[in-house]
Amino acid sequence: MSTTAAETGPVQVTGEVLSVKKAGAYQHLTMVAPGVAERFRPGTFVTLAVGGPLSATTLRRSLPVHRARPTGAYGGTVECVFAVEDAATAWLAAAPAGTPLDVVGPLGRPYALPKEPVTCVLVGDGCAGAPLFPLAERLRERSCVVHMLLGGATETALFGALEARRATRGVVVTTADGSVGLRGGVVDALPDLLTRVQADVVYAAGPPAVLHGVARAAEAHGAWSQTAVDVPDGCGTGLCLGCVLPVVGEDGVTRMVRACAEGPVFRGDRVRWDDLGTVPSDARGAS
Amino acid sequence: MSDVDLAVDLAGLAMPTPVMTAAGCAGRELAAYSDLTALGAFVTRTVTLDACAGSPPPRVVETPSGVVSAVGLQNPGLQGFLTTDLPWLAQRRVRTVVSASAGSLAEYGELARRLATAPGVDAVEVHLEVSDAHQTGKAVHVVRRDLPVGVPVLAKLGAGGDVVGLARAAVDNGADAVVVSQGFPALVIDPRTLRPTLGAGPGLLSGPAVLPLALRCVWDIHEAMPEVPVVGAGGVRTGFDALSMLLAGATAVQLGSVLLRDPAAADRITRELADELARRDLKSAADAVGLAHQQPEGTRR
Repeated sequence: MSTTAAETGPVQVTGEVLSVKKAGAYQHLTMVAPGVAERFRPGTFVTLAVGGPLSATTLRRSLPVHRARPTGAYGGTVECVFAVEDAATAWLAAAPAGTPLDVVGPLGRPYALPKEPVTCVLVGDGCAGAPLFPLAERLRERSCVVHMLLGGATETALFGALEARRATRGVVVTTADGSVGLRGGVVDALPDLLTRVQADVVYAAGPPAVLHGVARAAEAHGAWSQTAVDVPDGCGTGLCLGCVLPVVGEDGVTRMVRACAEGPVFRGDRVRWDDLGTVPSDARGAS
Repeated sequence: MSDVDLAVDLAGLAMPTPVMTAAGCAGRELAAYSDLTALGAFVTRTVTLDACAGSPPPRVVETPSGVVSAVGLQNPGLQGFLTTDLPWLAQRRVRTVVSASAGSLAEYGELARRLATAPGVDAVEVHLEVSDAHQTGKAVHVVRRDLPVGVPVLAKLGAGGDVVGLARAAVDNGADAVVVSQGFPALVIDPRTLRPTLGAGPGLLSGPAVLPLALRCVWDIHEAMPEVPVVGAGGVRTGFDALSMLLAGATAVQLGSVLLRDPAAADRITRELADELARRDLKSAADAVGLAHQQPEGTRR
């Protein structure tokens, strides 16, 4: 059974797990999800109903899409990378091939692509950087120069460093413990990189502190930034209003907008990073 | 699917099925997954007179078989609603129940007067945050007074009070139907911060965990006032859950948190409800309403 929205909108399909493989500290899930891959654009995500039909799990899990293949031996497939953090992700990591999966996607607004062949720096922290890889492909198709900056706490917490070497002009790697690459975080290494490559646009995915640092560094350098925030457990479709954050609109007014529907990609200079987790007193409708 | 007649009359609102959405769990976004015109009725997000930015996040947290939430009625305000969501719904001929909430009787009155002249309002659901019979009655009275007779007023009773007393106060003051229940007062503690998980602190529990509690509310009101139409809300996720609500005395059911897990749930539950009725030789949804109160011991269907 599948419910189809507009050509470009999300679809809800009953897909299945094709494989779950370990990738360093993370799990690399490949699922069959016909219809989702065709509509995919980098930066969008899927949501999964986990735990099977008798599950006590009531909310959907959001996963950024690492790769989408419209055609293949199994029909359209979608790949996501995640860390095991709770019972739901543990269930998913242990799901054998063939496990039915209720998939909705692609959801949210994708990364905005430049019209000109500009120089881009893609910044990923841990497995949150997974959606940057299809983005790098699209950017290269547009003759953009693509650099990547990938970070992690340790070597195993890095994601995609090898693949990045194939996909980009240059790769910089950071680890908090200095086990590979530069010691520190991606935010520490970013200003030098932006200057060295004369970046025009920065694309980022990671936790809020990293995105905030990226937005700041981009602004200081005079580059645009596109940041993809994490979508917390909820519906993913915009119904529950659970994933809101304060974002300044074109009109200069702050609104509580949904990470899932108005995001997950926002202009870095529009998000009020210091006010995450609050409703600022000047947000529209705040009393 | 069988030839079961699912149509019900909810206090004058003719609905093709008893399956409605619940306030706060459905928006226009649902149209991508479900045909909104096929619903019994679509209940809007709760609208307040002025725009409301809502509660700080986190607003929604999962618990075993449940969802604890505190969204804080985020909405664009009545003016925003009347210029965006309502025309969108009216244009598509979606049977629309406008959920409205206010902080004072004067505000309830103004909401009702402005909704009275807005095209496309098929019914108004008064979202009551108080669990006090006197206050409930007064709010319902003001809304009923300022709406045309042909627009039914549904009173969604505040959580945590004496439901029969609240229902009686609502009906005595002009409510055409009552909706039970809102979520149940609840709290979740975050294991890292050792503080309440939700940004607002306390929240309301909904989801499958509350189905038996909501059923009891429906049952008690129907037992006390069998002539009053009741809408059952709370944890419905299957056709039999919906049928249970009808059997306990509900004329219609509202779907809330199930839509977060499965945005196409309304279609599925409507189909399943028809099958559940057919399997028991019940010819119509209306025939099932309150049947559990009359079902003799020892019967099986």
